[in-house]
Amino acid sequence: MFLKDYIKEVAGALKSLASGMKMTGYYFTHHKEIITEEYPDNRNSLVLAERFKGEVVMTHDENNEHACTGCTACELACPNATIKIITKFDVDEATGKKKKALDTFIYHLELCTLCNLCVDACPTGAIKMAPTFEHSVFDRNQLTKKLNNPGSKIRAGVE
Amino acid sequence: MYRTTDILTSSTSGDMVINVGPQHPATHGVLHLVITLNGETIKKIEPHLGYIHRSIEKMCESLTYRQFIYVTSRMDYLSAHINNHACALCVEKGLQIEVPPRAQVVRVILDELTRIASHELWWGAMAMDLGAFTPFFHAFREREMINEIMEETCGARLTMNYIVPGGVMMDIHPNFQKKIKEFIVLYKQKINEYHELVTGNVIFENRMKNIGTLTAEQVISYGCSGPVARGSGVKSDIRKLYPYEIYDKLDFEEALETGGDSYARYLIRMREMEQSIKIIEQLVDNIPDGDFQAKTKAVLKLPKGEFYTSVETARGELGVYIVSEGGTTPYRIKFRSPGFSNLSILNDMVKGGKIGDLIAAMGTLDLVIPDIDR
Repeated sequence: MFLKDYIKEVAGALKSLASGMKMTGYYFTHHKEIITEEYPDNRNSLVLAERFKGEVVMTHDENNEHACTGCTACELACPNATIKIITKFDVDEATGKKKKALDTFIYHLELCTLCNLCVDACPTGAIKMAPTFEHSVFDRNQLTKKLNNPGSKIRAGVE
Repeated sequence: MYRTTDILTSSTSGDMVINVGPQHPATHGVLHLVITLNGETIKKIEPHLGYIHRSIEKMCESLTYRQFIYVTSRMDYLSAHINNHACALCVEKGLQIEVPPRAQVVRVILDELTRIASHELWWGAMAMDLGAFTPFFHAFREREMINEIMEETCGARLTMNYIVPGGVMMDIHPNFQKKIKEFIVLYKQKINEYHELVTGNVIFENRMKNIGTLTAEQVISYGCSGPVARGSGVKSDIRKLYPYEIYDKLDFEEALETGGDSYARYLIRMREMEQSIKIIEQLVDNIPDGDFQAKTKAVLKLPKGEFYTSVETARGELGVYIVSEGGTTPYRIKFRSPGFSNLSILNDMVKGGKIGDLIAAMGTLDLVIPDIDR
């Protein structure tokens, strides 16, 4: 009986090893799908998800106009003090009234954890997440960005 | 045989103390084990913590109820989505927000996907710890598909921050259901490959069976949860015991084994992946229409009091305890993390065993060090 059990055990062990090796052998001979992405060689054909959270950008239309009112909702929503908004007062030409407007939108990419809370908080949809990820620079000061384009102004009708 | 009690009770002469880890202070997940050895037998094992402590609980005290959720992704980064879920549930409990059904279903689907991804990574890493290199690539191939689903819908692969109090941040991506169905079809084939490759393997079985045996009494007295507790036959699935969201309406089984050894814990995780697939199958075609986020106030203020919720992460019970003074920020937050309780049983688990079996036993605890240290 002892010998029978022993042979049975050895045979079972060899069978289990063979079935594992069969699987390995199958993938060794059937290497049809290549999963490895050869970055940076495939940089031109690289497709990232449209919602990918890479950095915060401010959208400008063709007239160099943005939708930011300078309400600082994003600044308050940010957990890491990534955003600093400097406002100014514009004088409305028609009525002569003073109106708060955006002067500079400062964004510290080096502090940002890309949590999307600022985009979620923005009432006018002025900022969004961009699917970029190559943020390496030589000096970390370059990561502090000014998001509104020079000379840009608020789009008419955005309150 | 396995427990060499005479070595454990002998005098300290001839003992050797060796340190396992940390390799480098900047590596992620640094755990320092001080092991007292007599020959090859482990006499005592002492985990030293604190190398990756970031005081997340203290940080949360200065963040508002919307902001603190993202930090918890950095605790147990492999089940980041479930951590966020736990925090959101606690805030919703305090504010008594009714979450729309669509958001609930999407949350649960992503929870289960996260659980599969986490167990996949564990399976690959576990086999690699034991010297098998191939399973790691098999596991990461399927995990990549889950990561792509996450990336498309949540915008990130690991630290999603997709859940906000009252629902989810964005609506699901149009490809969401299609991709998950593709994944389910493929995954059902691949899980058989996993069993063929590793589960029945004689080398693997011999290294896992009767290693790190835990009794139900030990598991309960150390407060272990998740697959570690269920491997010893203790019913501890929060999804069954204290159902949250829609888990009470779903048809799934709690995986239970009575062996208590490393192999039992291995089987638990493999069966949990199958159960997660079963849950996703039930939900993926039945995502109700409607809002993905409930209307909440701009500034959330929890009423004065204490709130506690617990969820089942991939590692066990994660509890979130919030003390509120009625302000916009919590007065105190405490996380009951599964990893800490599971690690504390390590000494009882491997004492008297051989040092070669340490990895085979410790690997099945599925430790994520940032979860232990926070």
